[in-house]
Amino acid sequence: MTKQNSDAHATSSMAVATDESLATTPELAVASRRIGRRRLIVRRFLRNRLALVGSCGILVLVLVAIIGPFFLPWAYDAVDSRAFLAPPSASHWLGTTQVGRDVLAMTVHGMSRSLIIGFLVAIMQTAISCAMGATAAYFGKWTERTIMWVIDLFQIIPSFLVIAVLMKGHSNPSNSWILMALLLAAWGWMMTARVVRSLTLSLKQREYILAARYMGLSPVKIIIRHILPNISSLLIVDLTLGVGYAILAETGLSFLGFGIMAPDTSLGTIISEGSRLASSYPWIFATPAIILVFLVMCVNAIGDGLRDALDPNSQSGGRA
Amino acid sequence: MSPILSVKDLHVTFPSEAGPVQAVRGLSFNLDRGETMALVGESGSGKSVTSLAIMGLHPDTARIEGSVQLDGEELLGKTDDQMSKIRGKRISMVFQDPLSALTPVYTIGDQIVEALVIHQSMSKPEAWDRAIELLNLVGIPDPATRAKAFPFEFSGGMRQRVMIAMAIANQPDIIIADEPTTALDVTIQAQVLEVLKKAQAETGAAMILITHDLGVVAGNGDKVTVMYAGRPVEQGSVDDIFYRPRMPYTIGLLGTVPRLDHSSDEALPVLEGTPPSVVNLPPGCPFAPRCPLADEACLEAEPSLELLDEPGVEPAALPHRAACVKVDQIEKNHWTHRDIFPAGVIQASQYADIPREDRQQVLELHQVRKYFPLMKGAIYRRQTGTIKAVDDIDLDVRRGETVGLVGESGSGKSTTLLEILELAKPQSGTISVLGQDTSALSRHERRDLRQHIQVVFQDPMAAVDPRLPVFDIIAEPLEAFGWNKPDIEKRVFELLDLVGLEPSHADRYPQHFSGGQRQRIGIARALALSPEILILDEPVSALDVSIQAGVINLLADLQGKLGLSYLFVAHDLAVIRHVADRVAVMYLGDIVEIGQVDQVYDAPTHPYTQALISAIPIPDPHVERSRQRIVLEGDLPSPANPPSGCKFRSRCPKFATLDSVSQTKCAEQAPVLTSCGTDHLMACHFGEAVSVL
Repeated sequence: MTKQNSDAHATSSMAVATDESLATTPELAVASRRIGRRRLIVRRFLRNRLALVGSCGILVLVLVAIIGPFFLPWAYDAVDSRAFLAPPSASHWLGTTQVGRDVLAMTVHGMSRSLIIGFLVAIMQTAISCAMGATAAYFGKWTERTIMWVIDLFQIIPSFLVIAVLMKGHSNPSNSWILMALLLAAWGWMMTARVVRSLTLSLKQREYILAARYMGLSPVKIIIRHILPNISSLLIVDLTLGVGYAILAETGLSFLGFGIMAPDTSLGTIISEGSRLASSYPWIFATPAIILVFLVMCVNAIGDGLRDALDPNSQSGGRA
Repeated sequence: MSPILSVKDLHVTFPSEAGPVQAVRGLSFNLDRGETMALVGESGSGKSVTSLAIMGLHPDTARIEGSVQLDGEELLGKTDDQMSKIRGKRISMVFQDPLSALTPVYTIGDQIVEALVIHQSMSKPEAWDRAIELLNLVGIPDPATRAKAFPFEFSGGMRQRVMIAMAIANQPDIIIADEPTTALDVTIQAQVLEVLKKAQAETGAAMILITHDLGVVAGNGDKVTVMYAGRPVEQGSVDDIFYRPRMPYTIGLLGTVPRLDHSSDEALPVLEGTPPSVVNLPPGCPFAPRCPLADEACLEAEPSLELLDEPGVEPAALPHRAACVKVDQIEKNHWTHRDIFPAGVIQASQYADIPREDRQQVLELHQVRKYFPLMKGAIYRRQTGTIKAVDDIDLDVRRGETVGLVGESGSGKSTTLLEILELAKPQSGTISVLGQDTSALSRHERRDLRQHIQVVFQDPMAAVDPRLPVFDIIAEPLEAFGWNKPDIEKRVFELLDLVGLEPSHADRYPQHFSGGQRQRIGIARALALSPEILILDEPVSALDVSIQAGVINLLADLQGKLGLSYLFVAHDLAVIRHVADRVAVMYLGDIVEIGQVDQVYDAPTHPYTQALISAIPIPDPHVERSRQRIVLEGDLPSPANPPSGCKFRSRCPKFATLDSVSQTKCAEQAPVLTSCGTDHLMACHFGEAVSVL
């Protein structure tokens, strides 16, 4: 028996469970502190190398976005009238644009804008789709019909037109990005909500949901504790994809002139500006594009790591 | 006569991330025509892998060594094309799940014709006639019409008959039946086993019967091979295995099964622990960690299957072999499971001495009804019928007792449980829990009442949230009722201790546990709020035989310690006999017989109860051979359209023997529950006590 125990293999060590545990006293049990669920997940997450690299990458990008502007020689909206389309040099490390703005300063600022918009939109739309999808499926009846009707309604309204009209009508360029994030989130949640609903419908039949109901748990608690964690893989993938989607949507709209308004800058506006001159003046285009790719890759790596950490069936439990 | 199938030293190994999985290690046996060998073992013991290896259906990545000879012809090493000519013609298979084994888009006639045409030069019309002949042989009523039906139009038992018809279509030499009746109700199981025997007699085929049910083995096997962790641990004739088991695992397996034919309040002997994983097995006997007799000698090397020297016993076709270093000791001392496996201690209930009538009624159902409307149409939905799932039943549970609820699937057992657990007003009738009428409860009172009535579900995997660690699962009801953190922590560890789990288990996720341990987690959660009533919905039916006993003992012990009352639903009548004080038999939403458990089992009065008890195989070959079985005709009628009068009359063996006046009575008047002994009621116009054990 002891030999098996020392193996500490998950299943084989439990083979001796019943007999010995009866001898263990509860006092002893409380003494050996248990690890909380959160710490367990963190521990599992940290075992994933790529996810660790991704989180470090994001952390660096965020830090740069926050404190970078204080250390840079140029402000993102400052114009150097002596250097138009200048290549990288000692005074402009990444060169300048057509109007003489410093590419490095713009990239750092644009990155922070894109990060904020990306995460804000992704979080908002995932939250909305969870709330709507799970509520519809769990309660059923008229609640479900109403929510499904709202989903249909949002899906048939052409989002591009609405966003374009509202953005054009907005006069204050300094906070245009907030409106932009809200609008992108408002038209980005419907598909996920449908998927959440269908997954919840099947989860609802599970015995542990029934057990929770018969334990006296409230519906909100059941949704938060039992339903959402069990579809968290989907939610996390959706969240990561959402970040990419939001950044790309913002880029597209900005490119067409409906997005972030000058002098405010996002990665999207710089890339669209640089792409026109990419062959002859590659420095305007290259750095923001590389940053964008790196950003999305980091976010995806984190998504993968989180999914494995949250999923008890994955290999993140480490080796025995 | 040379054996038709000869397997020698078969090894099957699968690759896996963790290392090679040695699924089968050194299996040998010979099989003659007309013989049945039972392959017994728990899940993961290598039974099914063996059958796949013989059929050549194993994945390409598996490594197979040894020899499998069919009538002298080596099968291992044949290509898939060559095997295709043998599969279905000379070796055929009956699978466990008859629903997924038939193609849903072809009629069953077409599927049998296909099986015939592939292997025999036969024209389509000839094959069709033969298909109808085969369907008739396996007992499908009106085979000419039914051959044109699709699989979904058949019930599970009927589908399994079709599978058997397909298996014997080409007069095979060997039929492999892989858990052929596990997915079926007991009454249907009895039918299917009869058909299987008939099919075997018809074709003279040898049969490999893979099963975990020792009762089925006793009634159907000639030889038995017991497998453990991929290795045969004991082989011999049925009588050898059942009356002279020598390997402690076999002894334990036979001892831990609750018996239908004995009343017993004692704890079952328990095989502690779970089977080892077959990856990186440590040296020594794989059963040693669970074996009370194990010592150093057992851990040195894995014992091989040795021929036993048994003077006075006539040598059987398959000589008796066992793989255990203690064989001589066991034989000399005539040890049985009682000597080897310690039975747990069960605390006697404080209510044991109080007569039933004087105890408080904790749960009372009075004329409770649950009908489901049958709707049709997509746009304009209209009701086309009513399913009477629970039809005005009366039931009561007193403090400290266990009431068993048995019946086939579809009889309304689970619906009854869900009606109780909703704690809502039933469609008609009343439900009282601890004296409180559920129809008069406010939302707040209903929530408070939930503390006193809790549930344990059947499927240990589905009943606990896989995303939560064990601590959170057990703490959940406590949090819901507003306990504070330190109290919760203390209580959870108390509960873990109570159900026999270790404190270190609190941080693990459910899938790190075996079925039996998961069921213990479910029980701990149900007990968290110290309920007075526990509703148990098939709590042990998904567990392996050796694990089942531990959970049954735990439930009995908890009942004694905590004074719980159980409402225990099960389809396994032997389990009910062991755990229950009273038993209620349900048929199509009605209770047809109810009473003290020994009275009902020893002298069942309702023909349905008699058939139900008679259908259960008993793990004792002599008893099985001499038993007269009452085999019910057909399937459970649709609850949407039950027969008039007595609902059971369409399948009743008694009804067939009655004169026409009496038959009219059955057809016109629904019988009501009437007393037929002290604490024994039944609902049959012509019921009389018969012993069917």
